[in-house]
Amino acid sequence: MGKTSFTSVAYENLDDFVYARAVHPVTLKNGISLGGGTLYPEVNFTLPTMLITEETFDEVIRIYREIATGISERANVLGVPGFVAEIELLPPTTFHPEWGIEICKNVVDIIKENEAKNGTPGAVRITPVDIREGRDLEHMWHGRHWDNVLKTFEGSAKAGAEFLAIESVGGKDVHDEGLMYTDIGRVIFSYSSLGCPDMEKLWTEIVKIADANGVVPAGDTACGFANTSMVLADKHFIPEVFAAIDRVVAAVRTLVAVQVGAKGPSKDCGYECVYLKAITGTPIATEGRVAAVAHLSHVGNVAISLSDLWSNESIQHIRLLADWSEVCSFEQLAYDVRLMNEASKRGKETALLLRDLNADSDSPYNATAYILRPDVVLDISKKLVKVEDTYYKRAKAAAALTVEALRDGYESKKLALSEKEIKQLDKVSKAIDALPEDEQAFIADNIQNSKALRREIYDL
Amino acid sequence: MSDILATISEAIQDGDQAGTLDAVKSALGEGVAAQKILDDGLLKGMGIVGERFVAGDAFIPEVMMSANALNGATAILKEQFKAEGVTSAGKVVIATVKGDLHDIGKNLVKLMLEAGGFEVIDLGTDVPETDIIKTVKDNNADVIALSALLTTTMAEMRNVLAAIEAAGLKGKVKVLVGGAPITQTYADEIGADGTATNAASAAELAKQLVS
Repeated sequence: MGKTSFTSVAYENLDDFVYARAVHPVTLKNGISLGGGTLYPEVNFTLPTMLITEETFDEVIRIYREIATGISERANVLGVPGFVAEIELLPPTTFHPEWGIEICKNVVDIIKENEAKNGTPGAVRITPVDIREGRDLEHMWHGRHWDNVLKTFEGSAKAGAEFLAIESVGGKDVHDEGLMYTDIGRVIFSYSSLGCPDMEKLWTEIVKIADANGVVPAGDTACGFANTSMVLADKHFIPEVFAAIDRVVAAVRTLVAVQVGAKGPSKDCGYECVYLKAITGTPIATEGRVAAVAHLSHVGNVAISLSDLWSNESIQHIRLLADWSEVCSFEQLAYDVRLMNEASKRGKETALLLRDLNADSDSPYNATAYILRPDVVLDISKKLVKVEDTYYKRAKAAAALTVEALRDGYESKKLALSEKEIKQLDKVSKAIDALPEDEQAFIADNIQNSKALRREIYDL
Repeated sequence: MSDILATISEAIQDGDQAGTLDAVKSALGEGVAAQKILDDGLLKGMGIVGERFVAGDAFIPEVMMSANALNGATAILKEQFKAEGVTSAGKVVIATVKGDLHDIGKNLVKLMLEAGGFEVIDLGTDVPETDIIKTVKDNNADVIALSALLTTTMAEMRNVLAAIEAAGLKGKVKVLVGGAPITQTYADEIGADGTATNAASAAELAKQLVS
């Protein structure tokens, strides 16, 4: 398929923009319908401290089976409406696609056996790690790394994974370089000239694999990009306003997956995906307070306001007092989901009240939390889709619109920002204004001055 | 003399690369020793920037600009350093271990080490232990700094420690380990010389280990 250009938003009315409801729900054969009115939990997990080698692989499989069994049993006990288990593969299990596929098959088998026996619908999302990094990477779009990523998708789809997802990394090195200097121009270049074209190529292939195997091309995330910003800002290494601007610009990149055929749910750690939901109407996975087991954030509550699939990000498989860690984490998700679904059952007004309580309880205290507010998301999205659909123009506009929204929030006393942050906001604003209209001049300047860019791997 | 050294320190604090170079050249013209320029001008300024960063009064980009100004200045002082026999605070080989592609934490540690006067050889990410050992031997390094973000790659640090022992380098080179899943208990268990929870503390620890 070609590339869809979104020139209008999917929700004109803010009251229709709410958790568990998407304009284009994704429904599986077993009845799980994301965005169809019910919020579902998505549990993610990772191995304990161990090496993954041929010698340890039997133990790896044993642990994954133990994890899938524990989650399935708890899902039955708690009577969840259904659940998604995400397998975020690790580098060795993507460098060796047969390992990743074997893990996927084992987890799918247990979840589907449980579904057949106990009636709890379950599905697996497979997320190969994007291994297209490092010193021996030949090229972004061909060679060993590229082939292994696609083989892992193909084999996992055949093994029963129903959602295909990835945290792709095209442009990440250059984005890192931009972050170290809070250089908004370099950050925009990393998205518009590297990340977006990479997304087009990668997701076109993922969609083909999904279509050929009757599974769902789900979505991507700017984890290596805007989440790095968010974590650095949390440690006061970079300004929080910069992380918020980066987040919205990241949406232009993450959106490309949907533009070339992804259907949702987007990846949980892509906080920018609320903008995807606004623009495309596809369902989204999000993570917040329960993801504190993986990383800290300022968006624990607001992140559930628009969620269609509520995730814990990831938890290391260790024994806790109650049970295995992933079972405990899953239970926390299940209770959040129960509460949100109960609010939905009581009617739209109650659902909107709960949406807004979650948003309002976070948004005054942090710039990223503020730009995840449903009203702010919809407002920025409406303006963004009016901008000519080139990656550069939309990325630049996303940055400028976020600056404007943050200023409005600060001036109307809806968002508290320190004097230091306001100075940084002014600084970034000036830098955005100074970016050239001429995209070719912008690209040429970045190619010349970026030390992190490896032109040859992007055919630049 | 103190005026020109103060000017160098201030230029470093401002991240003013051209101003730092001009002031260093002036100092050399006045006959100030390279060691003095380094200690009482460049590193003094960098130390203040580092303190501001630790206190939350400066962001990384400001530290980066200062570090770039420092590196620019030390490049033109190289010949003087040789002539005066000036050495760096120590040589550090830094890498993210095999199987792990995360680099931003490592880069922050590198930045703080350079700010602390260390010469840092950065091997990048996904680095096999053989490359680490070879680089340490070739450069006679004082410290190895290893980074890992994943629970499944932190175990690779143990292999690097074993390779250090097998190469006869144990005790001759200090090993720092770091990354989100790394604890002091783990560092002790694998025989590392230390760990730190942030980049600034890692640089401080490196200083203690080589002193």
